[in-house]
Amino acid sequence: MASRPRTLYEKIWDAHVVDRRPDGTCIVYIDRHLVHEVTSPQAFDGLRVAGRKVRRPDLTLAVPDHNLPTTPRLAADGTPIPIADPQSAQQLAALERNTAEFGIEYIDANAPEQGIVHVVGPEQGFSLPGTTIVCGDSHTAAHGGIGALAFGIGTSEVEHVLATQTLLLKPSKSMEVRVESELGPGITPKDLILHIIGVIGTAGGTGHVIEYRGPVFERMSIEGRLTVCNMSIEGGARAGLIAPDDKVFDWLEGRPFAPNGSEWDRAVDWWRSLATDPGAQFDKSVVIDANDVEPTVTWGTSPEDVAAIGASVPFPDSFADPAKRTAAANSLDYMGLEPGTPLAEIAVENIFIGSCTNSRIEDLRAASEVLRGRKKAANVRWAIAVPGSGLVKRQAEAEGLDRIFIEAGFEWREPGCSACLAMNPDKVPAGERCASTSNRNFVGRQGPGARTHLMSPAMAAAAAVTGRLTDVRELLR
Amino acid sequence: MQPVDTIEGRAIPFGAANVDTDVIIPAHWLKTVTRDGLGKGAFETVRAKPGNVFDDPEFAGASILITGDNFGCGSSREHAAWALTDLGIKAVIAPSFSDIFSGNAFKNGILTVELPQEAIDRLLEVAQTDPIAIDLGAQSVTTQFQDRFHFDIDPFRKACLLDGTDEIGLTLASGDAIEKYENNRAGALPWLDTNRERAA
Repeated sequence: MASRPRTLYEKIWDAHVVDRRPDGTCIVYIDRHLVHEVTSPQAFDGLRVAGRKVRRPDLTLAVPDHNLPTTPRLAADGTPIPIADPQSAQQLAALERNTAEFGIEYIDANAPEQGIVHVVGPEQGFSLPGTTIVCGDSHTAAHGGIGALAFGIGTSEVEHVLATQTLLLKPSKSMEVRVESELGPGITPKDLILHIIGVIGTAGGTGHVIEYRGPVFERMSIEGRLTVCNMSIEGGARAGLIAPDDKVFDWLEGRPFAPNGSEWDRAVDWWRSLATDPGAQFDKSVVIDANDVEPTVTWGTSPEDVAAIGASVPFPDSFADPAKRTAAANSLDYMGLEPGTPLAEIAVENIFIGSCTNSRIEDLRAASEVLRGRKKAANVRWAIAVPGSGLVKRQAEAEGLDRIFIEAGFEWREPGCSACLAMNPDKVPAGERCASTSNRNFVGRQGPGARTHLMSPAMAAAAAVTGRLTDVRELLR
Repeated sequence: MQPVDTIEGRAIPFGAANVDTDVIIPAHWLKTVTRDGLGKGAFETVRAKPGNVFDDPEFAGASILITGDNFGCGSSREHAAWALTDLGIKAVIAPSFSDIFSGNAFKNGILTVELPQEAIDRLLEVAQTDPIAIDLGAQSVTTQFQDRFHFDIDPFRKACLLDGTDEIGLTLASGDAIEKYENNRAGALPWLDTNRERAA
């Protein structure tokens, strides 16, 4: 008898249930645990206090990213340059010490493989389709782009996974975001996910795991899929995923941690079986018409505050919900924006191209395509391009992209989280605006008083050239 | 985890919706390697404004926070829960919470109570002048004005909070089941074990 049709999420979930308690709480096995310096020190301390070991150090990979300065890390004589901020230095040293003590593979700050944990995982083939992946970081959702069930956890859960290689979880509800038709020319995965968040809202996916479905995603590159899934959390969903296909398998084959030989073929067979069955039911379904997606930017301090670049800053009174009216008024006050101002008239002083959302090779190619032969506008004070990993940086340099950025007036940096969050020296000054390819435009996110406009790498590059928010299609003609 | 049963006292009537984790504790406070002392950074941007509820002497020593929809959205930083604990907050009442935040709160013995917006509005009013009581066992929020609101909570979480369960200890007691799963996994999906010679 055929079994009930299941979704991709249900199949991965079912394959990882170790035990089910009478109340429905499950012990769920975790295949891959990524660790960085910010959310792990208290977890390792907890293990020490309780006299516990790391159950599966071989399924755990650590890399520093949040605190690391993105300025050069080695002096001319090849010795590491000390981290100036004593607290950052302490946290980075704690990761190195803890991974050595507990036998966990650690990618050093100066290793060529170092980078943002969500760029490194897939790049190393550590993240694989059909796996459960966790990290003490909400943008772990990114790994869903290769068909993994990946989600962010808190530090207590980090400790739980280190000690048991499992988590205690209840199944989430399932949500389908189906995108019909095709994206127009110059419209990128970032525009699409910002548009989706605008439609569903920042709590739209709460309690759900999103599966992104439709021909747009089948045609989308792996980098694009990682970008879309990355921002599932901004739509409230702890995880978002896309069915793994030949594009994923081709992309992963030969990567350091990927299976090889006969195991590769067995793995691919299993991965192919994971796609959502015809007739499987989702608890919630949202349909988006790709024709509605324009180059998209944020105007406020919530990722749902999105608008097409051709639109104007909204009037708070235009929102039906009173809470949203208040929030919009507060946002505009913080952002220093007048309702009715065309978005394309908003001047920006800072440009940030990077973050776990948009720092992969395709992102750097898209931005440099716009920047080629151009220079940043006079009013753009600071523009940085921060590759997501050392390997992305090398690849970009091999393609000559670094020269394009530098000739356009950008600084070409070392890999790390950089100006996405104000935890390292890369910050946006108070009262200044930043065209940013990152994922959050929260109050103070890029520095106290900093004003963030989220957008795609191509749009950020266009803003660098004109000095204001700009429809990149005008520069691509 | 300390057991949780009843929480009674003044409540901070914050009320804001979509309060993100960067508001609860900005990233520059995350460079710590301990769980302590984060109350100083809690709601830093809100507290920069004069007349904010967090610094109002009326609510000094409050153990409950009343807030709007989608509280704790954003990052997975457990520092948000630690900052609330350091402020003395033992329970947060809101119409809804982000998934990761409510999990982090639970693991730190902070009770998250979901109530409809009408109940929140009433509690925000009462909190201005009078205390509020939460009874986890009875799953109720009450005031001295005969208000009584019932809330739902996951039975597993309720039991863990009432008992102060060490979740890791609980899971480690299932060590045999985990080992059995791992052995099956090694046979069925052998490529998932990385402790082999890696490809060059």
